[in-house]
Amino acid sequence: MGFFLETLFGGLMTGMLYSLIGLGFVLIFKASGVFNFAQGAMVLVAALSMARFAVWIPHWLGFQSLILANVLAFMVSAMLMFVMAWCIERLVLRHLVNQEATALLMATLGIAYFLEGLGQIAFGASVYTINVGMPKEPAFIFESVFEGGVLLNLEDLTAAAIAALLVASLALFFQFTATGRALRAVADDHQAAQSVGIPLNRIWVIVWTVAGIVALVAGIIWGSKFGVQFTLATATLRALPVVILGGLTSVPGAIIGGLIIGVGEKVSEVYLGPLVGGGIEIWFAYVLALVFLLFRPQGLFGEKIIDRV
Amino acid sequence: MFYRENGQFKTTYRSDQQIFPVRQDRIFIFAVLLLAFVAVPLLASDYFIKALLIPFLILALAAIGLNILVGYCGQISLGTGAFMAVGAYAAWNIGVRFPHTPLIIEILLGGFFATLVGVLFGIPSLRIRGLYLAVATLAAQFFVDWAFLRIPFFTNYSPSGNVSVPALSVFGISLQAAIPKYLFVLSFVVVFALLAKNLVRGAIGRQWMAIRDMDVAAAVVGIRPMYAKLTAFAVSSFIVGVAGALWGFLHLGSWEPLAFDLNRSFQLLFMVIIGGLGSILGSFFGAAFIVLVPVALNHIPGWFGLPLAIDTAAHIEHMIFGALIVFFLIAEPHGLAKLWTIAKEKLRLWPFPH
Amino acid sequence: MTTQLRERIGAIVLEMQNISLAFGGVKALTDISFDVREHEIRAIIGPNGAGKSSMLNVINGVYTPQQGSITFAGEQFNKMNPRRAAEMGVARTFQNLALFKGMSVLDNIMTGRNLRMTSGIFAQAFRLGSAEREEIRHREFVENLIDFLEIQAYRKTPVGRLPYGLQKRVDLGRALAMEPRLLLLDEPMAGMNIEEKQDMSRFILDVNDEFGTTIVLIEHDMGVVMDISDRVVVLDYGRKIGDGTPEQVRQNEAVISAYLGVAH
Repeated sequence: MGFFLETLFGGLMTGMLYSLIGLGFVLIFKASGVFNFAQGAMVLVAALSMARFAVWIPHWLGFQSLILANVLAFMVSAMLMFVMAWCIERLVLRHLVNQEATALLMATLGIAYFLEGLGQIAFGASVYTINVGMPKEPAFIFESVFEGGVLLNLEDLTAAAIAALLVASLALFFQFTATGRALRAVADDHQAAQSVGIPLNRIWVIVWTVAGIVALVAGIIWGSKFGVQFTLATATLRALPVVILGGLTSVPGAIIGGLIIGVGEKVSEVYLGPLVGGGIEIWFAYVLALVFLLFRPQGLFGEKIIDRV
Repeated sequence: MFYRENGQFKTTYRSDQQIFPVRQDRIFIFAVLLLAFVAVPLLASDYFIKALLIPFLILALAAIGLNILVGYCGQISLGTGAFMAVGAYAAWNIGVRFPHTPLIIEILLGGFFATLVGVLFGIPSLRIRGLYLAVATLAAQFFVDWAFLRIPFFTNYSPSGNVSVPALSVFGISLQAAIPKYLFVLSFVVVFALLAKNLVRGAIGRQWMAIRDMDVAAAVVGIRPMYAKLTAFAVSSFIVGVAGALWGFLHLGSWEPLAFDLNRSFQLLFMVIIGGLGSILGSFFGAAFIVLVPVALNHIPGWFGLPLAIDTAAHIEHMIFGALIVFFLIAEPHGLAKLWTIAKEKLRLWPFPH
Repeated sequence: MTTQLRERIGAIVLEMQNISLAFGGVKALTDISFDVREHEIRAIIGPNGAGKSSMLNVINGVYTPQQGSITFAGEQFNKMNPRRAAEMGVARTFQNLALFKGMSVLDNIMTGRNLRMTSGIFAQAFRLGSAEREEIRHREFVENLIDFLEIQAYRKTPVGRLPYGLQKRVDLGRALAMEPRLLLLDEPMAGMNIEEKQDMSRFILDVNDEFGTTIVLIEHDMGVVMDISDRVVVLDYGRKIGDGTPEQVRQNEAVISAYLGVAH
């Protein structure tokens, strides 16, 4: 039982990480109706930027403080995310306003490839570490109930807390601010939103920047745990089923979806895996998403997809 | 001046419906085929044939298959690598378990099994489209990746997970050397390209395009969306499966599942987008482009005295492909094939400006 | 001329009984009943939002009414879908043109022949004699339609590039290619100038005359409606307020007040 709880907690933590990436997908889809295949690449570039600037800035400016280095690196990286968002809006989105979803999807795939290449040329292609002071020691809980206690990873717990905070603030932002309302209008109908005076281009830059910052936080957390390398970009493809499950338009859906996928993956790998040869993780989430797509394509919390004649 | 169609009147529908109604086009294609079947074996080096031409031809075939699904029928697929894998592994399994099967039959059966899997994973397309369908095809990709990695039956319990093919021969002619291999692959590709072209210009091709353009209106005209979409998946997977078998047997010789992973799927999708969605000729252009860029990046900077490190070249490749995808989607969704048509239009008028 | 037309009109081929259609809380159609006779030209008219397009959509199965039934060619249906309607011989055009933008004029109209083309996939792939002959046979039929609609010069042009008036003709051509028993035309004259309307009226009358096709059309231009229709149904706010010959309807009080408003 203790082992099951460990698996469960491990799954919940991974799930939280997935939710964070999924959140980026949801933000952009909610506000621009585009599914951003490049989210993973953005996480990679953000993480690379953080890792490298945290090393370069103290070197250039000649100081030692790790905290200052991290803070400055974060600010520079956030700026970079803004510049990236601005370029994407200017060079790509603006020209594809009225195209159908498939074309936009493939365009973001192109952006993903471009960013992956650019990021690695600019920042280097080795494996880098991010050190933002996350706790690395494990903790044991429920020691009185289970023998030896249940192993809990403090780093994961901290990450989950940060993610939860981020998600909560974004949910509030969407629901209760004027900009949030404008974002929802844009997601619903680009042209209608334009015709009531909502500045489409500026909204998109805002959304992609926010998604970029979410990517930055996700990148820091992942990078801190696993190190920063190019596989980060494709690892984030694992988060796609999360938003299918939760609903592409739902922020809470991204959380619940992430948790379900995280737990499901871990539990199925541990208990089902040995029966069929192991390594189920690579397809479990996707097949689960596929099943959902057949019976409930809008996911648990998404809006029903209506095809108008 | 050279491309005028003056005097080329069509007096029957049959002649109007030819694949190459303009005489100059017919001459051109004949010249290309002559070049391909006769000149290349006589003049090209083994390296050129094995490293460039054979992969180009096989990938072009796979691109034709994918183009039918994505370009003609409008169903997005990110799992093409998986269908190539099914074709390759199925053909290999037949060869291992029924050792005297002729090579051509093995390859066609590989295509057949790919069709079964393709139709299975195409069923979701009846209810979902766009991104959601992309997710379903990704599920196919990852599941098939796993199946060929972890289910020992498929690799005949090979300890390394690798499979390899024995010396190949067809009709008694050995296919070990570059030239026979090349001619074998070329024949397959030419035949299948012709079959594909016949399909897309016939009734089923119109059904596919109707579904792509407006599937609600297609139903009003009596087209059954289920039939059209599933046949698109079936035909596409068959061609992709055959290409997969050719890739494994005649290009790689021995392989593991990684040869058909997600990167391969993306590569094929890029070929189709850059080459031209909804164009058989475009599939060839796209494949040629994708095969040539890495070669160019490896050699051209060296000519200018600035040799690129291998991984830098790979990163620049990514950037070029990504940028071109975006460029073509914005500026010319019909890709290189459209540019080719525009060039021919200009040639029609040359030397006059308009 | 009217008596000549009346002589060729046959038995009832389509009957709508107590059709009610609602979208959520919005009632598009309330308890509508009318019939259509073989070989006649029946117009559905009414102010904007009266439910005319919804009515057409119910006939060919795009919408399913919550109440009521449709009897077509003697068979009664509660549920219909567009494909089944097509198979039964119902063809239609669309107000907003539902053409296949990526295909040429010829290919668009050829899709209308789809139900009559029987070659299998293998025959098509190898372009066997039978497949080639079938393609040519249907091409001939479609070319006759293209002649009829006077769009020969544009047959290979992608429809997306044609002006609106020509696109409407292609839409009509595709519906005609189905050799329908019942043709539904949704505002065929919308957005046309006088000459184009005369051309389109001529096409509609010719289709009815030469092929005997029963036509149900939605139209706003009163002049056209009075000129070419045999009988008229008038809708207002989802209800039927008039039904009869053009002259009868023109004098109907309810119809006049619906269009012109009631004097206070």
